[in-house]
Amino acid sequence: MVDTKRTASTRLSMFFNNDNVVGHVFAAPFIFGFICFSFIPICMSLYYAFTDYSLGSKVAVFVGAKNFLMLFEDEVFIKSIKKTLQYVFFAVPLKLSFALLVAFVLTRKSRMVTFYRSLYYVPSLVGGSVAVALVWKQLFARKGLFNSVLMNMGFEKINWFGSEALAIYPLILMAVWQFGSSMIIFAAGLKEIPSTYYEAAQIDGANGFQSFFRITLPCLSPIILYNLVMQTISSFMTFTQAFVITAGGPNNATMLYALNVYNQAFKYNRMGYACAMSWVMLVVMSLITLVIFRTSKFWVFSESES
Amino acid sequence: MREKRLLRKIFYHLLVMLFGFIMIYPVLWMISGSFKDNSEILRGTLSLIPKAFKTTNYHTGWKGFGGTTFFTFFKNSLLVTTIATFGTVLSSSLVSYSFSRIRFKGRNLWFTFMLATMMLPGQVIMIPQYLIYYRLGLVPGYVPLVLPYFCGQAFFIYQMMQFMQGIPRELDEAAKIDGCSKYGIYSRIILPLLKPAIVTTIIIQFYWKWDDYMGPLLYLSRPQSYTASIAIKLFADSASVTDYGAMFAMSTLSLVPVFLIFLFFNKYLVEGIGTSGLKG
Repeated sequence: MVDTKRTASTRLSMFFNNDNVVGHVFAAPFIFGFICFSFIPICMSLYYAFTDYSLGSKVAVFVGAKNFLMLFEDEVFIKSIKKTLQYVFFAVPLKLSFALLVAFVLTRKSRMVTFYRSLYYVPSLVGGSVAVALVWKQLFARKGLFNSVLMNMGFEKINWFGSEALAIYPLILMAVWQFGSSMIIFAAGLKEIPSTYYEAAQIDGANGFQSFFRITLPCLSPIILYNLVMQTISSFMTFTQAFVITAGGPNNATMLYALNVYNQAFKYNRMGYACAMSWVMLVVMSLITLVIFRTSKFWVFSESES
Repeated sequence: MREKRLLRKIFYHLLVMLFGFIMIYPVLWMISGSFKDNSEILRGTLSLIPKAFKTTNYHTGWKGFGGTTFFTFFKNSLLVTTIATFGTVLSSSLVSYSFSRIRFKGRNLWFTFMLATMMLPGQVIMIPQYLIYYRLGLVPGYVPLVLPYFCGQAFFIYQMMQFMQGIPRELDEAAKIDGCSKYGIYSRIILPLLKPAIVTTIIIQFYWKWDDYMGPLLYLSRPQSYTASIAIKLFADSASVTDYGAMFAMSTLSLVPVFLIFLFFNKYLVEGIGTSGLKG
């Protein structure tokens, strides 16, 4: 009797100490979460994209590709795509070049550098908050700070959020302003470049610009790729700033994609249509990421190759 | 020659400091605005020093909306942030241990899925997730705001895995010889040594969750349950004139924990971002 009990318990403990079981026990939170919060929602989203569905309706009526066809006649949708692309194409390269420049300037060995990096990181620290978005709105208001500066310098004041052509720029500027994280990643990368490279270049008579373009940039290219991909993805998803600062206006000139999806789903309760939109977004983003990766072999330098 | 170098050095520091000042000017302007009265803010003055230093904005702002004070809003924010951060640390450390230390069938598959979720835009799953919670009767409520954080966050799992690679495997071996199971190795060896990565996780997750706007916007509907980020936006939504002073006052208060953590744990944050990368 005692014997069988013991074998049962050892068998149980052997079972739980088997690597396959241990692995699944520890990975269980992720497996559960992935299935419930990623996989099932993705499948549902794909299904709803082909239906006419709203919150409260009992059944989702299958409508085929109607949602997708409607998208291309939806003026707001087309405008939101254009404006989002404009936002991403301006914000990401500016942000990265700025981050790289500041990281490069702050590579000096000085006790103050840590302090400076913290200082330049502050915008990123607070930039995602509603609080700062509201401040930004006030800065670019008609009688805001930015216009006071312009007027002090003798320029006309600009009605930033009243103009369709200009309203996107305060948002872009806000994204660029938050260059801190990219800067710190670049700074970590810069530290890894062996100083012997620069010394050798100096002996060969290279000036500062040459060593920047011939040594710094190639050595940093894998990190540039990483930052480029991550920043592109997060720029496509910008929501809070557009929602808080302009709410998409004037006349949808700042209707960033994520905001448009939110409006369709939760303001107009067109869940099916919004799902179709989010799928288009996924496809567009994947394509752009793919293009970045594909072209990366022409400009990303890897040590193993040379 | 030496003088020239010194001059260049001074010039460098001046330039960097001046530019840094411009960078944080909007934040300073907000803080000073919280002590100005509305007419002074609306005039768009550049000055950071209020004409009359007043704390009335803090009094009026703290009163909140419809009888709910900012004490409730901050309490709600703290509650959601703390639970979510705790969940992230717990689940991410478990999952990263399985991925980096245990060879099990399906590991590569799940690891690939994890990397995929890192690239997956949140908006694609936002709507169906909302529908699921809605059907389960969890909307409005706090559950959707914290539950996913107990299932491991890809970004932090990845970061912890990288950190674990630096923990020598000989330690695992030694513990195994001493009769420690894989569970014991996790709780007695890996977890204590993981502390720096955990601190980084706590800080970054705290920031993200504290600032989170979209989640509370979707899942909270009663003013008593609002988090600070939603409540601050209410100042700008009110039908009457926006009380900028009160709004800036509460905005400043909402950034106090962010700055305090930054001040004390700066090193961990910078190292965390530097080694693993951080979006935003």
